[in-house]
Amino acid sequence: MNVWIAVIATGVGCYLLKLGGLVTPQRVLADPRVRRFTELVPVALLTALIAVQALAPDGRTLEFDGPRLAGLGAAVAALLLRAPFLVVLAVAAGVAAGLRLLL
Amino acid sequence: MNVTEATVTDAPGNAPERSAAVRDGLGVGLAVGASGLAFGAAGITAGLSVAQTCALSLLTFSGASQFALIGVIGAGGNLATGVMGAVLLGGRNALYGLRLADLLRVRGVRRLLTAQVVIDETTAVASAQPDRAAARVGFYATAISIYLSWNLTTLLGALGAARLGDPETLGLDVLGPAVFLALLWPRLTAGRTEGRVAAGAAVIALATTPVLPAGVPVMVAAVAALVAIVPPRRRRRPGSPGETDGRSGPGERKEGTAP
Repeated sequence: MNVWIAVIATGVGCYLLKLGGLVTPQRVLADPRVRRFTELVPVALLTALIAVQALAPDGRTLEFDGPRLAGLGAAVAALLLRAPFLVVLAVAAGVAAGLRLLL
Repeated sequence: MNVTEATVTDAPGNAPERSAAVRDGLGVGLAVGASGLAFGAAGITAGLSVAQTCALSLLTFSGASQFALIGVIGAGGNLATGVMGAVLLGGRNALYGLRLADLLRVRGVRRLLTAQVVIDETTAVASAQPDRAAARVGFYATAISIYLSWNLTTLLGALGAARLGDPETLGLDVLGPAVFLALLWPRLTAGRTEGRVAAGAAVIALATTPVLPAGVPVMVAAVAALVAIVPPRRRRRPGSPGETDGRSGPGERKEGTAP
């Protein structure tokens, strides 16, 4: 398989999955438990994504990177202080970059 | 639901919510732009051409899947396996679609276009809004700003790959998780169930990461949301410490009863 085919196949496959969820009949959501489930799915998936990106960025091995975790800790602190979105990100990246510069 | 929708759409008092949603969307677009630079550079480093790297961003438009595919290509892995892993990782977008279909309620050609921008960020912004009108505005503001910024920065990153330093030096690797954390924050602090689902999902994802192919643990973590299917349990024995712990409000708990 050449790289172009892989690129196109990935694009088409990902698109069909996105469309699949969107066209699923809303009857499925008539049950309040199913609706509650779909409300909680983004919470579960995004938290899992945060955890994996923070602790296993290659997606395979757990890796405790001090500056990265400190950056995320700084983001949590900024969120607790109700800092605006971009400030939270700047603080997170700044702390991680700063620590890497120092260590 | 329809009544709520009609009310919120026409109510003049919702302008602040809608501008807040637009601000969220633009902020996310700006922030994600930075990771587009990293993706463009990573694509070239993995051996893709500038055109292939840009096509991947235009067609796939799902950062995690894109990184997964070029990771396999860069490591010299089997392309078919790489495609399967990347598509599997995009499986969560189907789950997002279930939720977004109800929030956005689009039909026809608009639905075909909307599908392409059903991703982590647009879902996170849309579900963070207080009502359906704001959710729609937030969704499309995020979608447009991210689609433009992600593809533009992919091109810039690919062209400047050689000159761009290590993204880690700039702390850019923290941006991904920080973006999702900031978007998820209101939900995480909203209720006890959300917190429990989040904690469960994180544990499941991390525990399965070493044994499952990359991307699968995030999908598997969706089972943490099954808590919603379980009907809320009433405390059968009010005195039982196991049941009391973590369920009762602080007021119900007398000092000294903690184990």
